[in-house]
Amino acid sequence: MLNVGLLLPAVINGVTMGAVYALIALGLTLIYGVLHIINFAHGSLLMLALYAAFFLYALGGVDPYVAIFVLMPAFFALGYVLQRFVIHPASHGRDENILLVTLGLAIIIDNLALWLWTSTTRTIDTKYSFEVVDLGVALIPLPKAIAFFGALVLAAILWWLIAWTDLGKAIRAVAREREGARLVGIRVEHIYAMTFGLGTAVVAAAACLLLPAFYVTPQVGYAFVLVAFTTVVLGGMGSFTGALVAGLLLGVVEALCGLYFGESLGQIGIFVIFILVLLFRPTGLFGARA
Amino acid sequence: MLEVRDLGKRFGGIAAVDGTSLDVAQGEIVALIGPNGAGKTTLFAAITGFVPPDTGHVRFLGETITGLPPHAICARGMVRTFQIVQPFGALTVRENIAVGAHLHHPRRTEALARAEQVAAQVGLDKRLDQPASTLTVAGRKRLELARALATEPKLLLLDEVMAGLNPTEISEIVPVVRAIRDSGVTVMLIEHVMQAVVSLSDRAYVLNNGRIIASGTTAEVASDPNVIEAYLGHGAAERVKTQLQAGHAS
Amino acid sequence: MSARVAGVILLAALLCVPFAVRSEFWLSFWLLVLMFAFLGQSWNVLGGYGGQFSFGHALFFGIGAYGTAVLQVRHGINAYVAGAMAVAIGALMGGIIGLLVFRYRLRGAYFALVTLAFAEVARILVASFQYTGSGFGILIPLSRSVENFQFADRRVFYLLAWVLVVIGSLIAIWLENSRFGAQLMAVRENEDAAQALGINIVRTKVLAIALSGGMAATVGVFYVQNYLFVDSHIAFGPAMSIEALLVCLVGGLGSVFGPLFGSVVLHAIGEAAKQATGNAPGLNLVLYGIILIVALRFLPNGIAGLFARRTRPKREAANA
Repeated sequence: MLNVGLLLPAVINGVTMGAVYALIALGLTLIYGVLHIINFAHGSLLMLALYAAFFLYALGGVDPYVAIFVLMPAFFALGYVLQRFVIHPASHGRDENILLVTLGLAIIIDNLALWLWTSTTRTIDTKYSFEVVDLGVALIPLPKAIAFFGALVLAAILWWLIAWTDLGKAIRAVAREREGARLVGIRVEHIYAMTFGLGTAVVAAAACLLLPAFYVTPQVGYAFVLVAFTTVVLGGMGSFTGALVAGLLLGVVEALCGLYFGESLGQIGIFVIFILVLLFRPTGLFGARA
Repeated sequence: MLEVRDLGKRFGGIAAVDGTSLDVAQGEIVALIGPNGAGKTTLFAAITGFVPPDTGHVRFLGETITGLPPHAICARGMVRTFQIVQPFGALTVRENIAVGAHLHHPRRTEALARAEQVAAQVGLDKRLDQPASTLTVAGRKRLELARALATEPKLLLLDEVMAGLNPTEISEIVPVVRAIRDSGVTVMLIEHVMQAVVSLSDRAYVLNNGRIIASGTTAEVASDPNVIEAYLGHGAAERVKTQLQAGHAS
Repeated sequence: MSARVAGVILLAALLCVPFAVRSEFWLSFWLLVLMFAFLGQSWNVLGGYGGQFSFGHALFFGIGAYGTAVLQVRHGINAYVAGAMAVAIGALMGGIIGLLVFRYRLRGAYFALVTLAFAEVARILVASFQYTGSGFGILIPLSRSVENFQFADRRVFYLLAWVLVVIGSLIAIWLENSRFGAQLMAVRENEDAAQALGINIVRTKVLAIALSGGMAATVGVFYVQNYLFVDSHIAFGPAMSIEALLVCLVGGLGSVFGPLFGSVVLHAIGEAAKQATGNAPGLNLVLYGIILIVALRFLPNGIAGLFARRTRPKREAANA
């Protein structure tokens, strides 16, 4: 049962997938930590970015790792616009409404993709898609290894941004005390939109890192949204460290579940954890105690 | 009727309520006063089950009710209002009060009829069909009072029901509270508005830093040096005494 | 005209459909509208009157659908009995989940997410086991007879669905005029105040979700009897969950005929869009999403809110 030969590769695979989960969750936890918005459209935006990266490669020959530099600013702008001009006005500031508005966005984006690009699964084949990294105990596809490190680097950059730059300080101020921040001259609506933009940009980066190792269909957004939420809730809303740790943990759980219960039941482990965390420890591993 | 013994509640390292004991007898109006942050609302919350106390116990009508949930305590006849009013915004005034009435009146028509009666008692009879969210502060306070009354309580705990009211409004509510007592409901109220405290209550307890520092009739309590110091600061009792003596001398 | 009157007129018009409409296509269309209206009403009980927004109502729909399918196909139980049992299981699951979730005070967005998680777990489970048809779903053998709850004439189903909608409206009216409903709405408006007035919050919410679950399961049963097929995606996928909440939101939360208005308008627009764009998959859902956002922005009380108000006030803006 505990065949190390099977276990270890599963765990390592889980860790690399987990890094991507963590990266996706980072954007979500940033948005929640500051705006207190549960962004239901997060998965859909990931899917959109995946398609963008796909088409950049398929039509323009742009390598996804290069596309990061194009898509991050583009999606930052998209996120900014969405928050400032769609989500904020439509929600009238009520929490439940915000959830519904982002749900509406998710529905729109998911189905627009379905309509425009159909359900055909798209993958890309780059020169390095099939290369593997030999760790002795396991073989990891190169794209997955790159995704792992990319996730760590991006997390570090995001952390630096929030901790050391003026924008980061403004964001933290608004997160902690909105009206106070407003009183010292911080333009709160602008900061909200910047934060949303940042979270979306991070998700775009995650997509670029994910594409070579994965695939894209219009349903991918929905599939990722729950995992992303589980990661954020498990890690603690608003905690970057939490998102990282939780992402890795969940990647491993999924891999192990897949190993023991079969592929189709793999994701169940994640949802069960989600339910358990919400019931028994909603503040998560690293979240602030309510 | 109500017996509170050694009640204590800590939040983190701070004791909001620290070994407090008090009694309320049937038919009284008892005031609970004290400076801001003294722990009055926490005490109410602990007594009525919203916050489980760490130590001590509460007995109501001979029954120990410590640790019971709020709805069970309400069913036994003790109901509280809130310092920050909490109307059921989307419902009308009548429907709001009917929610309280439903505790003892399962039938809708009865509950609505009772609601009308209670509304008349507090002076909201002209506003029965208004949405609760459109009431003024004074109106909301009356609604808060009416809802609680509609549950036919034996003991009513009012948390700063006068807060935010202007002097005219206060002078309108005071007789309402008195009439409530006269109709057989015992009242304990947290209040800052001294005019109301003095004109309404038979006795008062003074709370400071979670402890009762004085109790007795309002006159006794008002001249208690501990109370003066609690409100006006250290050494104030002496200063007030000196001032008063100087005043008498001239 | 008040919303109630408009609703009754609409119901009366819908009763005429099987007699006025010739084509099978439109009969099926309006049948679906009715089913979704009742599904929306089930969501309305929990979300509109109770204030707890579920994002995973497909869970209960699916329990009804799979419940009756499995009981008939794997255990040979009579269709009506199987249907009743499936509805009971739906209500029971509602109660169990409610106990679990409301005991731990899950609210708002957390509650919405947990319901979604439950629906997903169910979806994965039924798709993984032979007993529930794994990836292929379950087909109920065609056997048209009244005893089997299958009818040669779809108009019978239509009328039954219409009756269901009437029952749903009566349930909503009951909520608006009963002690339970008053307590439920009090809990929705302000939990602390409700508790202080003697209302047992957990019990109230659990009863509401059990009622809601049973109602949604009923739609599941109906759906399966009509189409004779169910798979994990239809039963537990996001489409039904979205249908349930959208219909209610657009039509008017916490109103008697809101779900009916919502279902009619939403599907009419959706169908019109489909016809105009030549049936492109996904496009009508895009429209749904847009309608949702537009409704949230401009119609906080849904379509029902457009009619003349009775004395009852509706949802206020955040800081009135």
